Amino acid sequence: MTGLWVVLGVIVVALVFGGYRRLTDGRARAVVAAADLDAATLGAGLGSEVTFVQFSSPVCAPCRSTAATITDLTRIHPGAAHIELDVGDHIDLVSRFGIIRTPTVLVLDASGTVRTRLVGPTRRNEVLAAFEHTRPAA
Amino acid sequence: MPAQSNRIDPRGARFSAAITAALLAASLALGPGSTAALVLLSVQALAFTIGALVGPGFQPWALAFAKLVRPRLSGPPQWEDARPPRFAQAVGLGFAILGLAGLVSGLTPLFYIATGFALLAALLNAAFNFCLGCELYLLGVRLGRRPVNPEQGS
Repeated sequence: MTGLWVVLGVIVVALVFGGYRRLTDGRARAVVAAADLDAATLGAGLGSEVTFVQFSSPVCAPCRSTAATITDLTRIHPGAAHIELDVGDHIDLVSRFGIIRTPTVLVLDASGTVRTRLVGPTRRNEVLAAFEHTRPAA
Repeated sequence: MPAQSNRIDPRGARFSAAITAALLAASLALGPGSTAALVLLSVQALAFTIGALVGPGFQPWALAFAKLVRPRLSGPPQWEDARPPRFAQAVGLGFAILGLAGLVSGLTPLFYIATGFALLAALLNAAFNFCLGCELYLLGVRLGRRPVNPEQGS
């Protein structure tokens, strides 16, 4: 009998947790306490308008789709840059920004200030909105 | 297309997760003291072992998907990197071994908790395409389990 209760409990937890993740994954969140990043720290040059810094790991399937979505954007908009970092090689940045899962994307403005953060598999429209929101007003 | 060690059909991985969840749930429901629970959990532990050591594409449930289900699906399968599901299979194996240890030793809470976590991961994978490696790998990195690349100097 205990086993049946465990099964029921696990199903409820899975539905609540999975449902919550489905609602919140990949949504852009504004970063209030802004921090700066520069090309030297990142090991690659910043975009002239917006830089997407993506934290990835080799055992992360949605990291690939997220990278493809952002790369597509950088192809259309030359002012956008995509820098993908392996969490294992950048433990300092991982702890500095409190990154707890991959993919996590930090969206930087032209001066390298972190403006927005997207956690989980990204949605194309959220990436585009973050780009439009962060780039300097024309 | 035959099974490959470095690429997998993601639909097959979710199909495998659904069968895994059913076996684990049945094992839990039957409970300690039942021979059937021990057999079901052992079968799943063996499937996890093949998935972790040989590759998720060679897991018996994935092979069943390739043989019985994929030919009935339309559209070409998209192939994905096998490392994320392989990592998840290894984690599942760890939980299954703990669950088996609980069954054999008579430590029933260990059986319920370990098998329950394995069931949670399999359900999330089957229903929500949950990526276990995305969460646990970084946890391992932060705890310093991953050997640090000497060239990085940190």
